[in-house]
Amino acid sequence: MSYIFDLFGKSPVSPLQQHMAKVQACVAELGPFFEAVRDGDWERAERQQRLIAELEGEADNLKKDLRLHLPKGWMMAMSRRDLLEVLAEQDRIANKAKDIAGLILGRHMGFPPEIMPHLIEFLNRCIDASRQAQIAIDELDELVETGFHGKEVQLVESMITRLDDIEGDTDALQVQIRGMLFEREKQLPPVDVMFMYRIIGWIGGLADHAQRVGSKLQLMLAR
Amino acid sequence: MDYGTLFIVLACVFGLFMAWGVGANDVANAMGTSVGAKALTVKQAILVAAIFEFTGAYLAGGAVTDTIRKGMIDSDLLSTQPDLLVFGMLASLLSAGAWLLIASRMGWPVSTIHSIVGAIVGFAAVGVGMDAVQWGKFGTIAASWIISPAIAGVLAWWLFKSVQRFILDTDDPLRNARRYVPVYMFLVGFILTLVTLFKGLKHVGVELSTLQGYGLAALVGLLVMVIGILLIRRIPFDPEADRDFHYANVEKVFAILMIFTACAMAFAHGSNDVANAVGPIAAVVGVVQSGGLVMQQTVVPDWILLLGGAGIVVGLVTYGHRVMATIGRRITELTPSRGFACELAAATTVVVASGTGLPISTTHTLVGAVLGVGLARGIAALNLYVVRTIFLSWIITLPAGALMAITFFYILNGIFG
Repeated sequence: MSYIFDLFGKSPVSPLQQHMAKVQACVAELGPFFEAVRDGDWERAERQQRLIAELEGEADNLKKDLRLHLPKGWMMAMSRRDLLEVLAEQDRIANKAKDIAGLILGRHMGFPPEIMPHLIEFLNRCIDASRQAQIAIDELDELVETGFHGKEVQLVESMITRLDDIEGDTDALQVQIRGMLFEREKQLPPVDVMFMYRIIGWIGGLADHAQRVGSKLQLMLAR
Repeated sequence: MDYGTLFIVLACVFGLFMAWGVGANDVANAMGTSVGAKALTVKQAILVAAIFEFTGAYLAGGAVTDTIRKGMIDSDLLSTQPDLLVFGMLASLLSAGAWLLIASRMGWPVSTIHSIVGAIVGFAAVGVGMDAVQWGKFGTIAASWIISPAIAGVLAWWLFKSVQRFILDTDDPLRNARRYVPVYMFLVGFILTLVTLFKGLKHVGVELSTLQGYGLAALVGLLVMVIGILLIRRIPFDPEADRDFHYANVEKVFAILMIFTACAMAFAHGSNDVANAVGPIAAVVGVVQSGGLVMQQTVVPDWILLLGGAGIVVGLVTYGHRVMATIGRRITELTPSRGFACELAAATTVVVASGTGLPISTTHTLVGAVLGVGLARGIAALNLYVVRTIFLSWIITLPAGALMAITFFYILNGIFG
């Protein structure tokens, strides 16, 4: 009907930010989940796990929607591939959260009481990493406003650096917890121990994927 | 001439319909960006368009109208057969009008300029003879169709880059916005007045020296700047608004600037597009009133331009506002800091073309400007499919206009010849 009508495409920035917000909401629910596990309240834990799964499903719908509305014939302020890769990394954070809750609930996994507080501290730091990734992603509309140029880019780069620092913290915490588990592993059922190591790795994975959201965002800045 | 008065009446009726069509369809493209960027409400856009389209048509529409009425045709060849010119021009109007209706009904993009030019070249080349067309001039016009979006794109790119450098990328964007946006406002008034004065005002009977021209342009620029500064002072700057989106207040300043560029767009559009409707009228009137002489050296009569301007305004008020509202609703991603760059670049290009007597498509020029800003990474997502649609409109509209004009030409020749 009219050129001007068809010329402007729907910006993918807002949907991407909404997806990250949903992912963060999902990941944040791991906190109450672990508290329920620590307290041995498996009914509460199951309710939490179902909430996490539900939020992950909603995030998936947002992801599919975004992908469907990103046709190839568009000229965008950011690279289409970089955008899709950021989306994929965000998606992996939520998936990991769902996997963690599912596995712990399925095995009614307990953790040694000396290790549990450290594990929760480790988890919270990983949730911080995800939150920091969300803060960086929230700056995307300002980045588009400035045309990916100047002070705003520096601001986002400092956010990404902070994200890297938080991820570094989680690495250190993970090493510490693995060390604590190693000291006790001979006194614990071996199969349970293997799954504990797996959970520790997966929780660390939350921060890894968050950090990768930051790296992919950095690629977008560089183009 | 036997049917002289009848021909003039017919020409005016068809021409008015064309003008109405321009107002109903094309103005919305020119003003849609202002509404979409929320610089103007639909009602304000209609008011701005009504005033400035009319002004642009009258003050600066003469040169392009001249090109349409006689610039593309070899006057010597037709001097012995003035009837053919009349039939041809009427046929062109009919053809362009018919195409307007068909394309609107089918949902195709409408381009009055290409259908009129195609029609005139068509009837002249086929109805009279290949030599009747000034192919050099036609070539220049066709080249301008490609060059004008490109120039607008480059201008818009530079404008946006300057906004980035002086305002958006700085430590205090709001302070710099209040400092530098008035400069852009001055530019809007200055550039448009300058081009209009130097090229377009001949037929209004105003002759100014170069110095006077620059002086008047600077005066208008200053006036615009002062009004703009006063309007900026009245903006309620809310620190809360900046929390969600840090540049919310900065954009409010640019929204004022965009009011002025909206006026410029309407002016530019009126100056170039009025010729689509009234160029053929002027040709017919010229022949009839001189008792059969084909070419006049005089300028286009005032009343014809006024008629065209009025027709555009009527079309806008009766139907165009609906199209404008639809387009404005659809454009959600354009902010004033970009919108003004697109509009200023497009308006400047179009007014320069009007002054040079080149009929171009305001819509295509605006698309070029938008793509220019997009290349500077200023807009989140642009649908490049539109470029394909533009190429198609050239390929389809020109032959369609020509074919229909030839048909109508032979029909008219048969009836009145």
